[in-house]
Amino acid sequence: MDIKQKIEKANKETVGRLTSGDPVLVDIAPAGEVIPGLEGMMITHSGPPIEWGRMCGAQQGAIIGMVLYEGWAANPDEARAMLEKDKIRLEPNHHHDAVGPMAGTISPTAPVWVVENRAFGNRAFCRQVEGRQQFGEFNEDALDGLRQWRDVWAPTLREALQKMGGLELNPIIIQALQMGDELHNRHSASSSIFANKMAIAISEADIPKERALPTLYYLVGHNLIFLGLAMACGKAITDPASGIEYSTVVTAMARNGTEFGIRVSGLGNEWYTAQAPVVDGLYLPGYSAGDAGLDMGDSAIAETVGWGAFSLGGAPGILTLVGGTPEDALEHTREMRKITTSTHPTYRMPALGFAGTSVGIDIRKVVQTNINPIIDTAIAHKDPGYPIIGAGLVRAPIDCFKGALIAFGQKYNN
Amino acid sequence: MKDKDQELLLEKLVVINVGVSGFADSLEQQEVEVIQVDWSPPAGGDEEMIDLLEKLL
Repeated sequence: MDIKQKIEKANKETVGRLTSGDPVLVDIAPAGEVIPGLEGMMITHSGPPIEWGRMCGAQQGAIIGMVLYEGWAANPDEARAMLEKDKIRLEPNHHHDAVGPMAGTISPTAPVWVVENRAFGNRAFCRQVEGRQQFGEFNEDALDGLRQWRDVWAPTLREALQKMGGLELNPIIIQALQMGDELHNRHSASSSIFANKMAIAISEADIPKERALPTLYYLVGHNLIFLGLAMACGKAITDPASGIEYSTVVTAMARNGTEFGIRVSGLGNEWYTAQAPVVDGLYLPGYSAGDAGLDMGDSAIAETVGWGAFSLGGAPGILTLVGGTPEDALEHTREMRKITTSTHPTYRMPALGFAGTSVGIDIRKVVQTNINPIIDTAIAHKDPGYPIIGAGLVRAPIDCFKGALIAFGQKYNN
Repeated sequence: MKDKDQELLLEKLVVINVGVSGFADSLEQQEVEVIQVDWSPPAGGDEEMIDLLEKLL
């Protein structure tokens, strides 16, 4: 076989793994109990590796928030001083089988979604999704949301889930894609379906009313609750597709607000990075483009498996959040077919004639066509201390793909 | 030959524009029928990438 044939064979194997994932929610547990290597005074974050001094404002704010939440510092100044002296270990979520939205911060006592890919036996983890601390806000109100999750909502959901014996997620994903979700920033259907299932489980688990009711209110009022689950699914699906020799398929896209990074199956765990891009977005009242930080979060794992902006054409409802027209959305989805390897056999979009979602981004096709993967995303402030300020669309930088292609050539074309 | 050129200019123009769409837009504004063909050079014309892609794709 020549190198081109080896690549084709490897990519077929990679995409086969990406399309045969069988994610099941098996637990909701404190991160320190389940995430490999998360121990002591350590916080994991979104994107490729980065040290405290180079982190963007929002990620620094979110890290300060986690230090306060864990009780490792009494106030923001003390937290900052500890971080400047490297008293807290900071590592990427992706290095610990995990992902996190926006700043992505996970610390030991924060409960995480635990998703097992039953087709391959691996587990992946994602933190709670909320609109404040993960965007860099660290005041008491913002941290109260994390405490409620730790003390009431997550333990209650865990108890109900244990009574159920786990929850298969593919049926929810398939149904939600057919109900107009794209599973990155629109989770109206998936969150409702999930809330319905968990509400019954909570009722059947004989959980005291003082915990059951606030958890039910949280469940039914959180239209992005399924994002954390979808991200854990994405990570659980992509990890078994990593490390396949000769494969040019992307297995991760992640951003830390300073750099955008990708990983490629045939290149193992190496990151190929470029400066994080500016998001073209719509802003909440009181904010404008001048306030925005650069692209941030592990949530592009959604696009990596073919959801998010890759499925935008099937989810026109999201355009009120990220901007654009239904025609643009359809065009974006069709365009992504030019840089991917296959379509998913069961994740389908009615608006595109029930076509499968595009899956398996090929670095060769991205570089050849100059079509950069598109991502829909929320926007954080450039400075620490703010909640979500907007949402929009962004393109992965071409230099990540060029860098990966050069490395691929050096590794395999000798 | 000259007569043929003049003949062409006297007929209704139908244009096929390959690549930069700005040319097609300006003709459309002048009510000229245009067929736009989207095209861009492979790898944006980056020769190092073109060499690599010839071997790998």
